[in-house]
Amino acid sequence: MIAQHFEYTVATSLGEAVSLLQKYGDRAKLLAGGHSLVPMMKLRLASPEVLIDIGRLSELSYVMEENGALRIGALTTHHSIESSEVVGRGCRSLAEAAGEIGDIQVRNKGTIGGSVAHADPAADYPATLLAFDATIVTLGPRGERSIHASDFFVDMLTTALEPGEIVREIRIPVHSGRSGSAYLKFAQKASGFAICGVSAVVDLDGAGAISKVAVGITGVGNKAFRGAGTETALRGQQPSPGLLRSACEKAAAGVVALDDIHASAGYRLDLARIYARRALEKAVERAG
Amino acid sequence: MKYVGQAIKRKEDPRLVSGSSSFVDDLALPGMLHTAVARSIHAHARIKRIDISQAWKLAGVTAVVTGEEIAGKCGPIPVAGEIHGMKKPVMHLLAVGKVIYVGQPVAAVVASDKYIARDAADLIEIEYEPLPAVTNPEKAIEPGSPVIHEQFSDNIAYTFGFETGNTEEAFKNADVVVKERFVNQRLAPVSMETRGAVATVQAPDRELVIWSSTQIPHLLKTQLAVMVGVPEHRTRVITPEVGGGFGSKLNVYAEEGLVAYLALKTGKPVKWIEGRRENLACTIHGRDQINDVELALKKDGTILGMRAKVVADIGGYYQLLTAIIPQLTGLLAPGAYRVPTFKFDLVGAFTNKMATDAYRGAGRPEATYLIERIVDCAAQKLKMDPAEIRRKNFPQPSEFPFATSGGVVYDSANYEKALDKALQLADYAGLRKKQAEMRAQGKYMGIGLSSYVEICAMGPSVAMPAGGWESGSVRIEPTGKVTVLTGASPHGQGQETSFSQIVADEFGIGIDDVFVQHGDTARIPYGIGTFGSRATAVGGTAIYMAVQDLKAKLAGIAAHILQSSPDKIVFEDGKLIAGDADKSMTFGAAVTQAYIARNLPPGMEPGLDRTRFFEPSNFTFPFGTHVCVVEIDEETGEPKITKYVAVDDCGNVINPLLAEGQIHGGIVQGVAQALYEEVVYDENGQLLTGSLMDYALPRAHDLPMLELDRTVTPSPVNPMGVKGVGEAGTIGSTPAVVNAIVDALSPLGVTHIDMPVRPEKIWKILKGRKAS
Ligand SMILES: Cc1cc2nc3c(=O)[nH]c(=O)nc-3n(C[C@H](O)[C@H](O)[C@H](O)COP(=O)(O)OP(=O)(O)OC[C@H]3O[C@@H](n4cnc5c(N)ncnc54)[C@H](O)[C@@H]3O)c2cc1C
Repeated sequence: MIAQHFEYTVATSLGEAVSLLQKYGDRAKLLAGGHSLVPMMKLRLASPEVLIDIGRLSELSYVMEENGALRIGALTTHHSIESSEVVGRGCRSLAEAAGEIGDIQVRNKGTIGGSVAHADPAADYPATLLAFDATIVTLGPRGERSIHASDFFVDMLTTALEPGEIVREIRIPVHSGRSGSAYLKFAQKASGFAICGVSAVVDLDGAGAISKVAVGITGVGNKAFRGAGTETALRGQQPSPGLLRSACEKAAAGVVALDDIHASAGYRLDLARIYARRALEKAVERAG
Repeated sequence: MKYVGQAIKRKEDPRLVSGSSSFVDDLALPGMLHTAVARSIHAHARIKRIDISQAWKLAGVTAVVTGEEIAGKCGPIPVAGEIHGMKKPVMHLLAVGKVIYVGQPVAAVVASDKYIARDAADLIEIEYEPLPAVTNPEKAIEPGSPVIHEQFSDNIAYTFGFETGNTEEAFKNADVVVKERFVNQRLAPVSMETRGAVATVQAPDRELVIWSSTQIPHLLKTQLAVMVGVPEHRTRVITPEVGGGFGSKLNVYAEEGLVAYLALKTGKPVKWIEGRRENLACTIHGRDQINDVELALKKDGTILGMRAKVVADIGGYYQLLTAIIPQLTGLLAPGAYRVPTFKFDLVGAFTNKMATDAYRGAGRPEATYLIERIVDCAAQKLKMDPAEIRRKNFPQPSEFPFATSGGVVYDSANYEKALDKALQLADYAGLRKKQAEMRAQGKYMGIGLSSYVEICAMGPSVAMPAGGWESGSVRIEPTGKVTVLTGASPHGQGQETSFSQIVADEFGIGIDDVFVQHGDTARIPYGIGTFGSRATAVGGTAIYMAVQDLKAKLAGIAAHILQSSPDKIVFEDGKLIAGDADKSMTFGAAVTQAYIARNLPPGMEPGLDRTRFFEPSNFTFPFGTHVCVVEIDEETGEPKITKYVAVDDCGNVINPLLAEGQIHGGIVQGVAQALYEEVVYDENGQLLTGSLMDYALPRAHDLPMLELDRTVTPSPVNPMGVKGVGEAGTIGSTPAVVNAIVDALSPLGVTHIDMPVRPEKIWKILKGRKAS
């Protein structure tokens, strides 16, 4: 549990971080909260020659609401998100996802930018970021890019980040009116990561019918995905227990599920169905 | 003030919770070097070539050693637990020629810091020729299996068995026979502090000093002296704080020998600290038994006989006690019942895995699991209440000492009393009613009982591999302060507190006037250690005996001065009081007399220092009943423990706070075996649960508040009437949980479910039912 020899540098500004990344290229890795990277290094699954510590860039730690969107700086910790009143109001399932991450020590150090950049297939945030149609704002040598969450998560531990790019901000459109969201997770007993985590967002119209619905599912496949079949079956309908149940049969349709010592593919798929329904029930209830 | 029986807070805690104490890894000696071990990545392979040149090139590396070098200079890993006729492969500290499990030490590097040492260890190139791995113990002992130790004909490490009474007859006469296969999965002990050792050779007398996180400093000293060839009187082992062991540090490991050897070789202090991955791969594992059990009964539930066939997975080689752990299963298998006939057959199987050995409970959880499960299977088949079938077969209190068909003699018990108390505390009748209601609503709720007995206070030397006695020294200093030295070196149990309570009460002095020391072989008379729930019953008794001797001496002094007679002297409130209360002297004054020695009774030697060795005449046998209630999520299969009641009887209790702490921790560990923990190797012998991201430990929020109570049946085996409590929770709890789950699922025809009962296993059953 001892990392291989490495050099360590501290970036004092976002600009410096970008230029340091450019200087060292793929020999370097950014260090944010260190709660994914350092364990990987200690297990010698990652052996970067240089660490560029961006953990002290307070300019990247913020949560604000602006023009109907939440803006969350990449270095905002899980704990800040979990306890943010703004997030709790506009994007409750994100706060819930943050609160489900690891333990208090992890939440005090780990950051949302680090989590999305790491793209663990069992991480909590991606389900919610997909469900809320979030955008990941990056900064690189060629400037800023906005990448839709559904394009950002490419595969297991793989994102759309280009070499030299830094995650700068997460933007989440806030739903207004009769809207509710919820995140529920069935955790892997040892690691606490999701075997299945579902984020559901539901908007109801004046008549109480479902006007907008999104279901994001993490932990089940090699990357988080949307339960498109479920969403289609619900859109425009009056929510009822029977409808939610039948709609969720298709929650993970077409997905090749992960299969390991902690859960078989069949179990994961069934959990997706069960947790999608439970998260939707809660979101509907919260939409009021 | 009386201390014994009071919930006194631990004397150890202030220094531990404030972080001001020190563990092995806190040790920093001038010029200290660090070692890292290069380990086998294969479960079974021939070593073709080891190239250390790259490792040598790294600046800061001062030594690299391999098996070839060390095999001739260091003795092998010691084996104390022997079974007649067993095969004895020799294990060198570093592999020679062949590796037989993933993680086996192959080479070691010494460097100026631990980071360089680790990098250098990774630069050692080891070329292997992989051989087929044998991971399934039942397949391992089949003819035709690849043989792990080529000097032998097969992988059968040993066989052992016995029969008490005529089981064939009993099974022939039975109305019912129930039969089931129970698997005790492999577990990792995972103490909070991993292993670690530092060795140094101290000039000018060239004493070899080894600091180790161990449960057995004295035994380790003897073994290391022999291993590295330093005379024992120039070898010293020190255990600073030890952050848990659960049996895993009741051992002598390759790395302890390595640091000693490397300190001698380099002339510098050498440190090795185990990483968590090493801890999961290369510290002994526990359990790993397959038990095929049959129980013969009359219609009314009376047990007539039992047969148990056991395959125990040894792993690749024996550590200190590996071989004899499964033997204990046989001794205890009849449990808390009259089992008139019993046949036990055990086969130890070598596999390409880490060695198994003593893990909290060591052989007895396996026994308890098999008897408590099979009794439930019988109740289910006979449609009897699980409480009633137990009650029916308990021996009565008047039958003690009770000789069992397992070949041991239980000291004292009242099993029914503990059962009744537990049932009452749990509101058993109410629970059954609630269960019926929930079942009517299609819900799954189960109630599990476990009426366990266990073997503690290890133990009579005839039954132990290395002496079962313990030493206790008590020295009263001239100022009246009392120094207690115990050979039962603790690793978290709290003996500094409980032993102080015993001594303070006997002398009638304050608890802070007593100081308990342990864990330094240069200071402490030879002792055995802390394991097998023995510290209080055996080590505490030795101290108690030494105290009695000193009390007699002090009483003699007081009687001489007060002109009374020694048998009239009472120790109370810091005074030695003679018959009528007018005549008394302070404890301190009597002590002073022993040292100034001008007015001692004729013939009495000066001084107040006594060492006693207590040899127990028998083990002790704590017991109790646990009640576990589970509710199951009918969609996901997730079991949730909603209530847990434990009534334990460990004889007289010195400190209820410490006893409850042991029960709490024990229950949680036992529940974790039932629900979460499992060491998994794949078919190639690769460890799949090599980190705590994959090996599931229990967390506080997994359990409801435990409801504890006790009955008190003193043991006649020692003067304090204590039995032992370190393992009871682990032994009693596991079957209670599984019994509860099976009970919950019994409407579906379920008769057994294997551990760990992960949600998915239950989900499969629920799913299968929906499909049909
Ligand atoms: C015990 C434990 C339990 C955990 N449990 C959970 C859990 O239940 N659910 C869960 O989702 N996660 C869990 N985690 C992971 C945790 O959420 C991490 O904090 C998170 O995944 C990574 O964030 P970080 O800030 O620590 O990133 P780091 O570890 O510092 O970095 C992770 C990766 O992202 C890169 N990176 C970091 N920041 C940026 C950036 N701004 N731009 C581009 N690249 C960047 C790094 O170079 C590195 O490759 C757990 C971690 C631990 C140690």
